[in-house]
Amino acid sequence: MRDGRERWRRRLDTLLSGDRPGGVLLDGLLLAVLVGLALTPFLFPGTRSVAVAARICIFVVLAASYDVMLGYTGIVSFAHTMFFGIGAYGVAIALTRLGVGWAAVLLGTGAGVALAVVLAAAIGLLSLRVRAIFFSMITLAVASLAQLLATQLRDITGGEDGLTFSVPQVLTPGFRLIEGTVLGVRVDGRLVTYYLIFAVSLALFLLMLRIVNSPFGRVLQAIRENAFRAEALGYRTVVYRTLAGALSAAMAALAGALMALLLRYNGPAATLSFDVMVDILLMVVIGGMGTLYGPVVGAVVLVMAEYYLQPAMVTIAGALVGWPLLPALFDPDRWLLWLGLLFVLIVYFFPSGIVGKLRELRSG
Amino acid sequence: MNIAPALRLRTGDLAPALVLPLLALAALPTMSFSTWLTFTIAGIAMGMMLFLMASGLTLIFGLMDVLNFAHGAFVTLGAYVAVSVMAGLAGWSAADSWSLNLAALLVALAAAIVASGAAGLIFERLIIRRVYGAHLRQILVTVGGLIVAEQLMVALWGANPLPLPKPASFRGSIVLGDVSIEKYRVIALVLGLAVYVALHLVLNRTRIGLLVRAGVENREMVEALGYRIRRLFIGVFVAGTALAGMGGVMWGLYQELVTRAIGADMTVLVFIILIIGGLGSVGGCFVGALLVGLLTNYVGFLAPKLALASNILLMAAILLWRPRGLFPVAKE
Amino acid sequence: MIAEPLLQLSGVHTHIGRYHILHGVDLAVRAGRLTMLLGRNGAGKTTTLRTVMGLWRRSAGEITFEGRSIGALATPDIARLGIAYVPETMGIFSQLTVRENLLLATGSAGFDEARLDWVLGLFPVLRQKWQQAAGALSGGQKQMLAISRAIVEPRRLLIVDEPTKGLAPAVIQHLIDAFLGLKQSETTILLVEQNFHMARSVGDDVAVMDDGRVVHSGTMAALAADEGMQQHLLGLSLASHQ
Repeated sequence: MRDGRERWRRRLDTLLSGDRPGGVLLDGLLLAVLVGLALTPFLFPGTRSVAVAARICIFVVLAASYDVMLGYTGIVSFAHTMFFGIGAYGVAIALTRLGVGWAAVLLGTGAGVALAVVLAAAIGLLSLRVRAIFFSMITLAVASLAQLLATQLRDITGGEDGLTFSVPQVLTPGFRLIEGTVLGVRVDGRLVTYYLIFAVSLALFLLMLRIVNSPFGRVLQAIRENAFRAEALGYRTVVYRTLAGALSAAMAALAGALMALLLRYNGPAATLSFDVMVDILLMVVIGGMGTLYGPVVGAVVLVMAEYYLQPAMVTIAGALVGWPLLPALFDPDRWLLWLGLLFVLIVYFFPSGIVGKLRELRSG
Repeated sequence: MNIAPALRLRTGDLAPALVLPLLALAALPTMSFSTWLTFTIAGIAMGMMLFLMASGLTLIFGLMDVLNFAHGAFVTLGAYVAVSVMAGLAGWSAADSWSLNLAALLVALAAAIVASGAAGLIFERLIIRRVYGAHLRQILVTVGGLIVAEQLMVALWGANPLPLPKPASFRGSIVLGDVSIEKYRVIALVLGLAVYVALHLVLNRTRIGLLVRAGVENREMVEALGYRIRRLFIGVFVAGTALAGMGGVMWGLYQELVTRAIGADMTVLVFIILIIGGLGSVGGCFVGALLVGLLTNYVGFLAPKLALASNILLMAAILLWRPRGLFPVAKE
Repeated sequence: MIAEPLLQLSGVHTHIGRYHILHGVDLAVRAGRLTMLLGRNGAGKTTTLRTVMGLWRRSAGEITFEGRSIGALATPDIARLGIAYVPETMGIFSQLTVRENLLLATGSAGFDEARLDWVLGLFPVLRQKWQQAAGALSGGQKQMLAISRAIVEPRRLLIVDEPTKGLAPAVIQHLIDAFLGLKQSETTILLVEQNFHMARSVGDDVAVMDDGRVVHSGTMAALAADEGMQQHLLGLSLASHQ
């Protein structure tokens, strides 16, 4: 009996690359998230909750890939949404121009990932030699440029309006994989799309977990702690940082490809805007930098807040009618105000975010 | 005491400044003279407004090593304050009287200075003070501050873009031969120059200016000479945000439409100007702002889609020539 | 006979990050005398000076100046007690003129003309370069400017870190003469040097550091007379020529 449990524990450790969440609270929370996401169509029926869940899955990958740069390597880049957008545009342009089919999807994804990796490598090699602050400024400039290009190259990207396209038949809402229902849920293209996104997101997350817990990942952390020391020990920090950046960009591009398949649309506002960048930052920091599980929690918190915090705020605003400024502060469109405040408070008082705090509680 | 005054030696000082006339001359063959003159003046005017927005940040960064990603919010605040002031002084603004219009503008500028300065004081106390020297946290926390500040302004002024019309006598152009010069651009030019001269005088003729210039080079040594430089930080930060507010007023009136992102939209250009000019150098910021203003206008006429890209290329080109900017401040 | 020390360090430890640099430094600087702080590279001399100035915080031990504890004070407050600091890197502001560099060392009243005359008398070249940017000065001239800045106002204590580093012998001699001149005005000086000739010429008292501790203290006369002690304490890394 004990042997069996040992074997399961070892399998789990292999799956998670030895990086257990840690602690009953955190384990429980993440397990709940996993189960919730895995069974969303059955536990929370309706197109809206599936859409929310799909968005969470994609942002888990996006935020986790950002954590590789921010939390593990210690670099603040504002160009992450550019890679997200490149992946999405890759799929969008391919499905628009090359006809609807899996070949187009794969080609578009591949092209998007390749471009993202090349750009990330170029940015890294050219800019990682400068001070961290300059690097952040440069990524901001590059991201702005990318956003501008996307809106201006109408012929390729569809400009401000973006591209709307069809996806392979298996993913379309009209498609029925199995006639009838399973546990009361229609097994249609939407379901297939959702599980495709879920499976790929889970796989990418576990891959990232494997990478940050490898010797490569440990070097990254050493560089984050003390770059001079790492350099003195013989590690070419620019090379490692660039590799981390390229990996991060590739994951972001893959997330973008998934996003395009989900929305069957892509435009500058959907993937390239600074608003998305802000969302990613909030997720990683609130969830907990440098843990990879933090972005998971952060993605859940943020996406849920976006959808479900607002009704709560409407109620509060209603109760504050008559006060001078307060109703405006609780206007549902001001949800970002409160999350921004939370973000600032967390950077000051809980730098390791929700996950860090939960881990701390475990060790007493 | 017999001190023979000697010529101040400034090696290499002139070369970087020559980039400015060089750029202007390079653009001359590409368009007719009257067009060139129009865009050159437009470029200089835009440069002056950019200088207002950027000068504060270069001093803050040079002296305190703080990069405030929320700087754009203070620009936006200035613009919104201008909207409120101009709405309150609508009579003065609409009147076709040069003196009343000027009075309205001065009141708006004064209000923006006070508002942005006060906001800067609060921002330094609450947000910046704890993260001196910690660059990663600085970037994160100032981005957070930007989000909160923008949302607060939307709560106060609403989510819709607000019109900010120029005062009556500031509209239109002066026509000289076949060249038309927008009146407002001349005003922006005069104001920008006045601020630059004032900053120059303060930095070079006052003790506080002396401390700021010394502190930008070597903070530690200034403290070792007995000066409590932390107090200076606060003053410089507030001055920086107040300048940004002024920039917001002028830019808002120029655009005639104020959105919540009007300041943040300029952040990339401001950063480019800082890098081109050399962090911590007001003179460098001035030259950099004019370069960016000119280039944006020339390229905006010749190939509108390439405006931002051309500024980035300009920055790259200058960094290849002078890796620390045109007028770097020598640091220990 | 033994004067109350102007500056006293007792059991001072300093950590920089994870590194434990000073392991209990005991040092007494007597008023009106020039105390040499000698030792190999990495012995902790600069760290000691910086700790006194509050640029690095002591992690243990006491530092007293004129009887009052200064270990917890901020750098500007320590300087205001009348302590002038000339760092190893000189701390010259290159963009400022010679005049402006010196002006920073004065209070709101500006220059005391008589004193300024005396200082410029020690280093006449500064008069010539008065309006020039300090960055255009040669290494030796910058060093002179740094020292001038420390003495342009009367100070209780001068702390100087390796002023002769990288300078030509003629310039070093000039500096020696300047320090001897300073001593005549009853200024207390704590001087870090690796140049033993300089040390022997100007030092009254000497303290030798090694591995973050003071391993010998006494008068310069005693040390100069004892060749064996010199060899033992200073090692071959100290310049002993001239």
